[in-house]
This record gives sequence, C-alpha cells and structure tokens, in this order.
Amino acid sequence: MIKVCFFADLRERLGCAELFVQDFSGENINQLKTFIVKQHPHWEKIFLEKKLLIAVNHAMASNDTAIAAGDEVAFFPPVTGG
Amino acid sequence: MRNLVRVQTDDFDLNKEYNRLITTNSTCGAVVLFSGLVRDFIPPQQLVSLELEHYPLMTETMLGKLSMQANARWALQRTTIIHRTGKLLPGDQIVLVGVSSAHRTDAFEAAQFIMDKLKTSAPFWKKETLMPNPDSKPESYWVSAKDSDEQLAQRW
Repeated sequence: MIKVCFFADLRERLGCAELFVQDFSGENINQLKTFIVKQHPHWEKIFLEKKLLIAVNHAMASNDTAIAAGDEVAFFPPVTGG
Repeated sequence: MRNLVRVQTDDFDLNKEYNRLITTNSTCGAVVLFSGLVRDFIPPQQLVSLELEHYPLMTETMLGKLSMQANARWALQRTTIIHRTGKLLPGDQIVLVGVSSAHRTDAFEAAQFIMDKLKTSAPFWKKETLMPNPDSKPESYWVSAKDSDEQLAQRW
C-alpha cells in the first residue's frame, strides 16, 4: 500500500486530501500517476501539469523516482511560504 | 540547541529569539535576525487574512536540511528558523530566520541563503482572502509562486 497526499490548490481541485493505493505493481512515480488516473479519469489533466511537484517520504522527488509499498507520496503546487 | 526549527501557529518573540542566538562564551560577534510580515495590499485592494497550509513533517525535514546546508557553507554558531501556519492577519509575523556567527559576513549571507531557499523548497502554501475594493465581498485565492523567488534561490 502507498499513501498519497495532495496539498493546497491541488487538494481543493481534486477534492481529495489523501488516498491509499492498493495493488500497485509499478516501480516509479510516473507509473503511480498512470495507476491513479485509471481509477480517477477526470484527474488526468491535472496530473499532466508540468509545475506539479512531487515528494517521496518527505524528500523532493521526480517522475522517475523509484517507489515501493509503505512509501508516502505527495503531490503539490509550487510552494509559496515565507 | 545549535540549530532550532519550529513550525507553529503561535507568534514568536524577537527578543527571546535574539537572546537564544547569542552564545554564552562571548565568541559571538554578529547576529542577523530576519522576520517576514503579512503585507497588506495597495488600496483600494485590502487583505482580510492569510491562511498558511503546510505538509507536516516534510516542512520540519526541509528546514532542518537548510540549517545543515548553511552550517556546511558558512562558519555559524547558532541558527533559528520559525515558520507560522494557520490564519494570519495583515501586520502579523510569518517567518523568522536568525543566524549568529563570529563575523558579520557569515551571518548576513547564511540568513539570506536560508530565506531564499525556504521560499522555493519548504512546503508551505498561502491562501489570501481579499477585498478588491471596500464595497465588495471577500474573495479567496491561492498565491502563485514567483519566478523572481526561483531566480533568487538559484544564485546560491
């Protein structure tokens, strides 16, 4: 199982703060995105946005970052703190 | 504690944080303290409030990494990073970056480095509620990231 979290503007647009992905057999973020979009087809356009940032286990990641069961993956827009 | 990182809803006290940055053995020669405030808009626009969301645990991890990177690059004595979350009003303090060192250049540069990197790498997001003019209804928007902040972070 992989925990997936969404934040800020992205969380509001998807109407979802977190979900738990079961039976995922892929190896990286790109494959996880495809897997999620299959279950939520209307999210596809949002997931294709170039500026979407990714974190795996609280560290910044990219589309080809490897993931495995037990990982926590987060998607969010560019940050605006400070 | 040499390097302090705190993410909190409460306000912070500049005097208290200043005193914490000064080491007790009189080797400290410089303290740089930066505080970021919630800025109101230019009239007729008016900022009602700001809501700060963050990614718990990742924020603390990222801010801790920034402290470590600053320590690796400059000769520092103590660092403090405090970031507030939740609802804030115009004039409120949002963020504090404090650095102490033997000489001023290290403290100035490290404080700027931490602030520039925080703006583009720490997972915080601002949502503004504003009045476009005094007679209108409040509207809420997520703040967009600025290219100028990205450029400032790239220079280090």
